Amino acid sequence: MSEVFGIPLQALLSQLLIGLVNGSFYAMLSLGLAVIFGLLNIINFSHGALYMMGAYGAWMGLTYLGLNYWVCLLLAPLAVGLVGVVIERTMLQRLYKLDHLYGLLLTFGLALIIEGLYRQAYGVSGQPYPVPELLKGATNLGFMFLPNYRAWVLVASLAVCFATWYVIERTKLGAYLRAGTENPRLVQAFGVNVPLMVTLTYGFGVALAGFAGVLASPIIQVNPLMGSNLIIVVFAVVVIGGMGSIMGAIVTGLGLGLIEGLTKVFYPELSATVVFIIMAIVLLVRPAGLFGREK
Amino acid sequence: MNRTLARATVLVGLVCVAAADGLAQPAKVSDGVVRIGVLGDMTGLYSDLGGQGSVIAAQMAVDDFGGSVLGAPVEVIAADHQNNAATGANRAQDWLQTQRVDMITDLTNSAVALAVSKLAAARKRLAVVVGAASTRLTNEDCTAYTIHYAYDTYALANGTARTIVRQGGDSWFFVTVDYAFGLSLEKDTAAAVTASGGKVLGRVRHPLNVGDALPYLLQAKASRPKVIGLANAGGDSINSIRAAAELGLTGEHVVAGLLVFLTDVHSLGLQIANGMIFTDGYYWDFDEETRRFAKRFFAKARKMPTMVHAGVYSATTNYLKAVREAGTDEAGAVVAQMRKMDLSDFFARNAQLREDGRLVKDMYLVQVKKPAESKYPWDYYQIKAIIPAGEAFQPLAQSRCPLVKK
Repeated sequence: MSEVFGIPLQALLSQLLIGLVNGSFYAMLSLGLAVIFGLLNIINFSHGALYMMGAYGAWMGLTYLGLNYWVCLLLAPLAVGLVGVVIERTMLQRLYKLDHLYGLLLTFGLALIIEGLYRQAYGVSGQPYPVPELLKGATNLGFMFLPNYRAWVLVASLAVCFATWYVIERTKLGAYLRAGTENPRLVQAFGVNVPLMVTLTYGFGVALAGFAGVLASPIIQVNPLMGSNLIIVVFAVVVIGGMGSIMGAIVTGLGLGLIEGLTKVFYPELSATVVFIIMAIVLLVRPAGLFGREK
Repeated sequence: MNRTLARATVLVGLVCVAAADGLAQPAKVSDGVVRIGVLGDMTGLYSDLGGQGSVIAAQMAVDDFGGSVLGAPVEVIAADHQNNAATGANRAQDWLQTQRVDMITDLTNSAVALAVSKLAAARKRLAVVVGAASTRLTNEDCTAYTIHYAYDTYALANGTARTIVRQGGDSWFFVTVDYAFGLSLEKDTAAAVTASGGKVLGRVRHPLNVGDALPYLLQAKASRPKVIGLANAGGDSINSIRAAAELGLTGEHVVAGLLVFLTDVHSLGLQIANGMIFTDGYYWDFDEETRRFAKRFFAKARKMPTMVHAGVYSATTNYLKAVREAGTDEAGAVVAQMRKMDLSDFFARNAQLREDGRLVKDMYLVQVKKPAESKYPWDYYQIKAIIPAGEAFQPLAQSRCPLVKK
């Protein structure tokens, strides 16, 4: 049996694969953040709370309405997106002319409120969410048994990420969005409804978070703290990738998932910190991020 | 001349009032009030097993005691240490210096408990640690003013590990949370395993708030142990048990949660948690006395009490009794009184406070019921054995506490 630095190759590959799955969560969440920051200039600190709302949406759908996983996979992100639209229309819209900091503070405050409400209602130990019947069990890949559900998470997140990237970078709608960010007045003069586009973009960005939440529910306990535990790492990912770069967020998310997976094998105690070490190094060497452009 | 006389009169008057005021205060109770501080994890991963429930329990104890002792009122205040030793220490320091808190309790999180017990000892006030587990509190880091009340990693390891090794689980791999508590639990359990004739194959350490525990359980599985010991608690043990179930580990390996609370089982559900064997310090459905407390607690907290909740109630009650019998709230006298008293109640059976600060009491070996065996809400455990107070904890002769006379 071959070994790499004292770790059997099999063990290493299995950890890398799990790392890739975690990376796909990072990719999807940082994609939502990057879309919102890149197109709206808002630093959305409530992203973690909305991810948690997506997970709770799936759990509530199952517990109170008997809706299965697949239905919730569609409905919960829509519901979270709707919440996002409401937040944007009633509160965020007023902050666009102001400093970045106001958006950050507002969304941070929203995150605290949302989390507090859920914590009050459900406690922190969380609720179990079952793996859907179709995806139960594991597949023998030779070097490991990969739980089927994790494979699904990888496929679904990559599909959604690349679909988003394609729409934004390669379609007319995406072109409008990008133009609308650079020069809203000019684009509006051409008859494009920029404020509506902005609202829908925010809604879409948080719907991505909600989708990630539903994907996460069978893996970790659905609990009010799940967002806050994740959001700081996601921010680090966005900073490393370059705020505003869509492809950067996806690639960095996956890459950091892999690096974290490696760390968990060789030096697990560091796994919570390694992302921030990399962030510090990247900021020193390339302040705009690996894929970012200086604005 | 008149003005000076007037000023002098006022001054004398003030001095008289101050003196009278000093005489009117009960000289036995410092500052005229007994203040109990509940310092716990109010919002993080341990807040369900302790948290607000501990505050409710402490207040219940004060109310049941009558709300006052030696003529002075008793107050309960609470704060969140956020699982951060620095935050907890700052809050404790503020309480001890400015708020004149006489006794600090709960202290779920060993890192916080260790820091606060040192601060309390420096100011000669009591730290009654209920929620934390590390045996360091009664060994290397013992103080004359620290009481380790409910349980510790030795008691957990002793009960659980010996039983499982005797049942055939003689090779272990640990998944440990990387801070004071996890390390202490891993160390004590490894010692219990080897003492019973088993061996430890290895361990992996994860950061607090693990989230997805699958990578660590994969590493555990790779070593092919008979038993996977989970040296973590709260949200971390819940996620570890889920990951083990996801990998289908519960068939070929024993997944031994080393510190599992009633609230964890409630959250996981009997479908996933059934069959687990572990050591607990209190079960609400044990007998009529435990049930009586549990039902009253449930009415206020909307959940059944864990060992920490019941422990805080018991600790607060015994503390107030000791203050009353000692005739003062001076910490040294109270501790001496507690050593002389019979501290047994519904929570602490056959209880005795030792010179290393350890309260010894009966512990219980429990097994989680299968879903079909559970007849009513919260009917989760079967009591497999009672571990008597004399055997459950580290023998005093083995204590590394400098206060213990050899």
